[in-house]
Amino acid sequence: MAKKTLKTAKQIAAFWNNFVLIIICVIWLIPILGILITSFRPSEEIFRSGWWNVFPHKENVEVERIVIPESVDLDGPIEILGTTATFDEFRNGVTLEDGRIISWYGNKRTRTAIVSENRWVGFDTKLTLKNYKDVIGGKTISYKDAQGQTITRTGNNLGGAFLNSLAVAIPGTIIPILIAAFAAFGFAWLEFPGRNLLFTIIVALLVVPLQIALVPILKDYVNMGLNGTFLGIWLAHTGFGLPLATYLLFNYISTIPRELLESAYIDGASNFTIFTKMILPLSVPALASFAIFQFLWLWNDYLVALVFLGEKNQTVTIAVARLVGEKGQDWHLMTSAAFVSMILPLIVFLSLQRFFVRGMMAGSVKG
Amino acid sequence: MSVVNAKTPTPNGDNAINKTLAWFGTTLGQILVSIFVPAMTFLVLWQGYLFLQRANAPQIVQVVVAIVWGVGGVALLYLVTNWLVMKLPKRASKVLQPFVFVGPAVAIMAWFLAIPVFRSLVASFKNYLGTEWVGLDNYKFAFTDPRMLETFRNNLLWLIFGTAFSVGLGLLIATLADRTRAEVIYKSIIFTPMAISFVGAGVIWKFIYTYKGTGVGIQEIGLLNALVIALGGTPQPWLTLPPWNNFFLIIIMIWLQTGYAMVILSSAIKGVPAELLEAARMDGATELKAFFSVVVPFIKGTLLTVTTTIVIFSLKTFDIVRVMTGGNYGTNVIANEFYLQSFTYTDAGKASAIAIVLLLLVTPVIINNVRQYNQSTRGF
Repeated sequence: MAKKTLKTAKQIAAFWNNFVLIIICVIWLIPILGILITSFRPSEEIFRSGWWNVFPHKENVEVERIVIPESVDLDGPIEILGTTATFDEFRNGVTLEDGRIISWYGNKRTRTAIVSENRWVGFDTKLTLKNYKDVIGGKTISYKDAQGQTITRTGNNLGGAFLNSLAVAIPGTIIPILIAAFAAFGFAWLEFPGRNLLFTIIVALLVVPLQIALVPILKDYVNMGLNGTFLGIWLAHTGFGLPLATYLLFNYISTIPRELLESAYIDGASNFTIFTKMILPLSVPALASFAIFQFLWLWNDYLVALVFLGEKNQTVTIAVARLVGEKGQDWHLMTSAAFVSMILPLIVFLSLQRFFVRGMMAGSVKG
Repeated sequence: MSVVNAKTPTPNGDNAINKTLAWFGTTLGQILVSIFVPAMTFLVLWQGYLFLQRANAPQIVQVVVAIVWGVGGVALLYLVTNWLVMKLPKRASKVLQPFVFVGPAVAIMAWFLAIPVFRSLVASFKNYLGTEWVGLDNYKFAFTDPRMLETFRNNLLWLIFGTAFSVGLGLLIATLADRTRAEVIYKSIIFTPMAISFVGAGVIWKFIYTYKGTGVGIQEIGLLNALVIALGGTPQPWLTLPPWNNFFLIIIMIWLQTGYAMVILSSAIKGVPAELLEAARMDGATELKAFFSVVVPFIKGTLLTVTTTIVIFSLKTFDIVRVMTGGNYGTNVIANEFYLQSFTYTDAGKASAIAIVLLLLVTPVIINNVRQYNQSTRGF
């Protein structure tokens, strides 16, 4: 008996556990779902109604419009479809016995009433890929706004921005890893004066806010003609990413068994061959963890790209932020642009989550 | 018989190659090669650099060249320097080689992080152009100007509420998920926003907060206002309502950072020995009590690390504010004021002072990290 109550108590606890978690998860997903759905809706629909209207729901649908004859005095009681009410009452909406609703169209002078019915709608939701086509291309596009007017303007060329982001993120990931791996090997296995002091400085640099460097480095870049170039931003990301990369790889490489390397030295291998033939292959897990970390960070970076690349060679984050700044109400473009900017990191992230988590755990000293 | 006749006849070409090879063996030849190879490397890289700087090729070509040049260039530089160092006499080579390995990293970190600390420090005592010394004027601005006081207040809100909710929710979810079968699914969902940029998250949440205004026949398309209407309230322009708009921005940070706290805390919770928990339950402790008296003390270290990381994050918050409000309507933060001072008002003095303030704020963490590192290496 006691066992049985214990079991049911456990089941109840498990139920509440799952219940709370499901609610939190739904709250967590709804924001993403909202823009995902919106990005596929025609522009005029987005302006007209919320995205949740794509699901079947009950809504007041206009069935007919009645024009009140000039002979009726609008300041007195008005009779429509057998119901009598004042203008103010009609403006707030009057419900008939059969469930139909009469409301006023616009201001008093229109002399028009709208009859609507509460019906199930949303089974014939129109979805489109046009928003994506518009926002990815760089050519002239046209779309309908809230009032149904056609607006023509230049596209946002998010396709180009996507390529730029790749050009920033791929070398910006590989270069610091390569440099950091060399350095980590040097710190872990080679003797040289000042080794411990230098590494302590690297540990200190882990949390230095990169704001400290933006103004001086930008000055250097302007002098060197590096401002707005890919080379400039790779170097910047290399500089800002190196402390963490070196620290993580050092922690990993210094755990490689000493005997393994010593036997290689005895065989006459040089440091360089040991590094390329042994250290690099053995460190693949650590390299992969950091690579994913760095790639996501670069892809999602806004500040460094804004300062060193600007609108020339704009990355996806800059393109999306510009869209928000300049066209703050064009939700059909903003939502699809946001999704284009998210798709690659989401794929990388979801498929390689294991490595990412490992990198994150090792690097949780950095801000 | 002459020597020439004794030699087997060889084609002239081979002879030339032999001669060339022999020439390479001489010291002079070696020195020339040692100059020629790096010079060529430099030339190739320089041409690539100029190509990228001019940048009038089709974009896709530029991007491919950029990737090949950037990654290949770095690899080539290491190869060539190592090759050069190996050519030196053995003792010199042994002394110099560690610097081939750590040199580039140290040089880049010095250029991009270590030296800028001092350059910013110097600039913070100069005027907006960096031409005249102004004493402590920029710090007077940084610590007393109403603009800065507003950013301090807001960053404090971010720090307290953003950190508390991210860590608290992360701990709650990690604990609850640990006891369910669908743990992986729950955790993946909460963790997913980590992959999204702050700019992207900005769009997502701006859409939730969007406000159309009052009027006949207007339907709110923002989720929050639609919910408020459904509950009988009036829609609000959430992002322009100080001081509450700060909290609407902080929610975005919580949405992004809870996953981080959850993942790290989750692995710490899994390390709590089952016997400890069992013993507490045997003593009649409720689940809640067992959690606070057993689990929390056990994961204290991890909890501290996660909190520190998120605190630093909240101090440096920038993208969210920049995209959502631009720092207007009473939502300005330190990093945004830094951005405005350096790139909108181009006041290098004030900007540097703000950067130094940011650095001062994280200094306790730096000291702690260094101290811990030194303790961990004392054993060697």
